[in-house]
Parts: sequence; C-alpha cells; structure tokens
Amino acid sequence: MIERTPILNAVTQVVLLVMLFVILVPFWMVFAAASHDFVTVNRVPMPLWPGGHLYENLSEVWIKGNFGTALTNSLISSVLVTVGKVFLASITAFSIVFFRYRARMLVFWAIFITLMLPLEVRIVPTYAVAANVLSPLQQMLNLLGFQLVLPEWNLLNTYAGLVLPLVATATGTFLYRQFYLTIPKDLAEAAKMDGAGPLRFYWQILMPLSRSNMAALAAIMFVYAWNQYLWPLLVITDQANYATATMQLQKMVPEGFGEPPVWNTAMAATLIVLVPPAIVSILLQRLIVRGLITTEK
Amino acid sequence: MSAISLRNVKKAYGKNEVVHGVDFEAAAGEFVVILGPSGCGKSTLLRMVAGLESVTAGDIEIGGRVVNALEPRERGCAMVFQNYALYPHMSVADNIGYSLKVAGVPRSTRETRVKAVAESLGLGEFLRRKPGQLSGGQRQRVAMGRAMIREPLVFLYDEPLSNLDAKLRVAMRVEIRRLHQKLGTTTLFVTHDQVEAMTLADRIVVMNKGVIEQVGTPADVYHRPQSTYVASFIGAPGMNILPARLGAGSSLLLLDDGQTVDLAGHPGGSDLPNEVHVGIRAESISLANHGRGVRAKVHFTEELGSSRLLHAEVGSTPIIVSSKDAGIIEPGAEVNLELPPDSLHFFNPDSGRRIAH
Repeated sequence: MIERTPILNAVTQVVLLVMLFVILVPFWMVFAAASHDFVTVNRVPMPLWPGGHLYENLSEVWIKGNFGTALTNSLISSVLVTVGKVFLASITAFSIVFFRYRARMLVFWAIFITLMLPLEVRIVPTYAVAANVLSPLQQMLNLLGFQLVLPEWNLLNTYAGLVLPLVATATGTFLYRQFYLTIPKDLAEAAKMDGAGPLRFYWQILMPLSRSNMAALAAIMFVYAWNQYLWPLLVITDQANYATATMQLQKMVPEGFGEPPVWNTAMAATLIVLVPPAIVSILLQRLIVRGLITTEK
Repeated sequence: MSAISLRNVKKAYGKNEVVHGVDFEAAAGEFVVILGPSGCGKSTLLRMVAGLESVTAGDIEIGGRVVNALEPRERGCAMVFQNYALYPHMSVADNIGYSLKVAGVPRSTRETRVKAVAESLGLGEFLRRKPGQLSGGQRQRVAMGRAMIREPLVFLYDEPLSNLDAKLRVAMRVEIRRLHQKLGTTTLFVTHDQVEAMTLADRIVVMNKGVIEQVGTPADVYHRPQSTYVASFIGAPGMNILPARLGAGSSLLLLDDGQTVDLAGHPGGSDLPNEVHVGIRAESISLANHGRGVRAKVHFTEELGSSRLLHAEVGSTPIIVSSKDAGIIEPGAEVNLELPPDSLHFFNPDSGRRIAH
C-alpha cells in the first residue's frame, strides 16, 4: 500500500517522540537522584542534572543492602523460573498440539483458565503447600481413612520454594500452542518416517524452530520473575541469606516517621536492581517482536 | 513375491468410511501410481501403508510381513511429501542425513552416504544451504534424497509434483522415472494428474470414492477402461459417453436423438443389453462427408497446435472430437461425425461397468 500523508507521518513521529520522553523521564530521574548527595537530593526542586556522587551512593547501598547476595539470589531464582517456564510451557503445548487424546481440549482450557488465577489470588493455599509439600496428600489420605502420617517437608527458605510456585504458565503455554499450530503437520510426519520419536522431534526439531518464540517468552518471564515481591517476602524468612533484590530494595526506601528520606541511596539501589532485567530485555529485544508475531515460516 | 500387498484394507473415521476395502498387490520393483480425484481416499491409502494412519480393517503387507501394528520407521518405507516437509533449520546435508543420525550411524559413514546421495541428485554444491535458500525443484530433490538415503523397501510419493510449476513438473517427472530405473525400488506414487500417472506408471490403480475402479497398465487403462468413470477420467479430453439403445437385430445403435450408428463389424455386438452407454475417444472420431455418420452441432473449437478439439453436441449429449485436419469451423455449424464400430466401448448404464466384448 502506498500512502502519501506527510502531515499524518509527522504527527505519528511526534506522538512516538512524546511517548519515548514520557517513558525515559522516570529512568532519568532515578539516575539523576542517585548521583547527588543527601543534601542536594532533598532540595526543592531537585536538580535534574546528574551530580558527582553516583559511585559513592552505589557502593554505600551495595553494602547496606547486601546486594551481592540479593542479586545472586534473584538471578538464580529468576533464571530457574524462566527456564522452568519455557520448558514446561513448550512441552505442555507439545502434548496439546501434537497428540490426539480424549481430554486434550479439557486440559488446554483448564490451563487457559488459570490465566485468571495469578499467584496473588491463590497465595494462601500456595503458602500452605510450600510450608508442607505433602500436606494435600496427607489430607487426602486422612479423608480416605488411612492412618499414615507423612513426613513434613517444607520449602520455606529454599530456592525451590522461591521458584516452583511460579513455574507454571498459562501465557507461555498459549504462546507455544499458537506457535506449534503454525508448524505444518507434514514436518511431524516426516520426522516420524525418519524414525524420530516424539521427544526427539520435540528436542531436535521443535526447539530449534521455536528459538525466537523462546526468547520472547524468556525475556518476559525473566522480568516477571525478577519483579516478584510478595511471594519471596512470604516464603523467605531467612533474609540474610535468601533475600531477593526486590526485598532488599524495599528496605532502602525510608519508612515511618522521623527517618530522613535518603532518596539518593534509595535511587542508587533502584538503579542496581533494574539493570539485570534491562540487560536481558535489550539483548533479546530483536527476537521478542519476532517471537510474539508468530507468522514467520 | 509381491513387495506390497493390501488385503481388504478399510479406513473409517468414526462412522464415516472413506476407504471401502481395497485389494491390490505391487510386485517388487514395480512403479504403481494411485490415481484419483481429491477426496477419493488415495492419500489415506498411502498414509496407511506408511504407517501415518491406522488401518481400520484388513491387512497391509510389506516384503511379506504384515505391518499393521508397526511404527512407520519399522516398515521400511520412505516418503516424499507434497510440501517437501524439509526441516527448515537444518542444512541440506542434515536434512538428508537426519534418519541416519536418528538411527545412530556414525558421523563419518553418514557424511559419505549423504554426499553420495546428494551427488546423484545434483545437490553436491548445496549441502551447506538451508531449505529456504533453495528453489522448488531443489527442495523436491532434497526430499527425494532424504527418502533415498534410507535405502527403503518401498518409496511412497504423496503428490510430490503438485507444488511445482508446469515446466519443472515435467522435468522432475523424468527425474523420478530415471531414479526408479536406477534404484529399482518398489514405488507407490499418489497423484490426481492423469498425465503423471500415464507417463510414470508400470501399473495404474484408478480410485474413486474409496474403491478401486481399475488396476492396469497405462495402455490398458486408456484403451480398455473398465468403467465409465475410468473412461472419462483418463485421457485429455476424457472419453465421450453417449446414452443409446440397441436397434433391430442388434446391429443398429439408436442415439438419444434418434440418429443411428451401424454396428456391422463390431465383434461383441450381438450380446449387448438393450440400453447401453457408448464410449468413444475424441481421436477415434473422424469428420465425415455430408450425409454419412452422425450429425452434430459445433459449439466452439479449441486450438491445440497439433490438433483441434471440436466441442459439439449430438442431440443433447456433449461430444468432443479431436481432429488434425479440421479447418476453421464456425460455432453453430453442423458437422458429420464418423464413429467407427471397432473403437466403441460399451458400458452398463446402471453400474457404469464395462460390458465385455
């Protein structure tokens, strides 16, 4: 389609620039505030030009917030959540799309409905299970009249506890299902004729083909896992060893009366915490768009 | 020993039966083409042989072994798909060698064999390319290479040429034929294109609505069609079919508009039923002088270069005549057509089956 609308073009450019500005200003303010000392940052209005105390603030808050440990914890749990989500989503969708069994659509819709049940909605039962993994089984046994007492097994203060409740993903399963549906049926049959079993087909053919899809999902899910706040707060009580970056960040923000608002260090901490997801997004951004528009052949 | 044998093979999806009991055998090294219109069950039949569809009833034997319950990879078949179905992320070499990789053949053996197969198909210089960088014909050849490398008992082709343009289709047809001559592997080839079937096949299996109409050599199928369906499906144009009654003494054929054809000299003329469908090939009909033969009204002519096709009507029955020496005939003109008795075919008007003679 050829269009000649110079005025409309100019307007769209302006809208884009305005949006860019709106999006970037908060980041700039974080950066600017993180680079001033305590006195400057509390001046009204706060200077929007960066000062010279960035490194000083960063190193102070790094130690104060124990960010070495916290970032490692966040990184480990986010990577595990991401890998788990991609794996689970891809193999679940694989089952739904490439196999014919009776409950197929039922399973799909059951998964799809959980889109409406994010962790925050089911947080109490999830916590109960995390505190004692075998408790649902125990209750079922009791209900059936068995007198067996199962050992207690809790996931509090472990990476498993941080990760497992977040691993299932309806969004990812749906995304993968849509991608698999674009794959010609012949391809699966050709692999069958070549002697490849289902898992080999999944691993050697579907996975390489879904690379951009995978990147998109991974980027979104990494940011999602990194930003988790409520769940880590519940499941981690040993905050010295297992606190995540977002939990530590909260402690840098002044709370209660009487304490002075140390915005410069709080913003420095924010800067530290937002760097990893930003890096992931930037590295994968080329693949993200391609992966979300799954029309490529 | 026959390489493939199907015994009363049926396929049903729920209550809907699409293949109604197919019987036939292919000898070792034979090139068998399964021909039929879309939806006649020919692809389903092929996929049952391949093991991609389950068999509802009956037995399929490959190399003397009933394979109904075997996985595709255990059947010794290799298949070429209509859309090639190449693995888009793998190079040509990996595509061709994938079955060997799955089978655990060591890399060095694999590479030599891939190379040999690729050379024989003229793909030697494309081994490192991805399928997306190849032309249609090259992709087709990669798909064939992928089938060849397994040295299968049986080749299965599922309409492999229908995605190619007309010129390439002819070229690939020749290549498939040459390949078959070289390897001598038993081949089942499914197509809806009767020209492909005629040129490639040792034997043609004509299918219609889930049953076999006729099995025979191309010449057989063309010259002695066993039903009106086969008669009108094979040949371009298909055979003309005219409803008729037998006149006095069984030597006169009455067409539906009352015109007659003299059957004198036709061998089986005497034991025909009263009502028949008469078939005649367009090229068996010749133009006659005024006053002889059958009158027909011409609607239009098609110029084919080597000959002309006259689209005409006898009474209300359309008839096509192929003529090398017809001049320009105006639409609406009347012509006289000579229908030689010895090139007439007779069919039962109810069953459509050939009446033997």
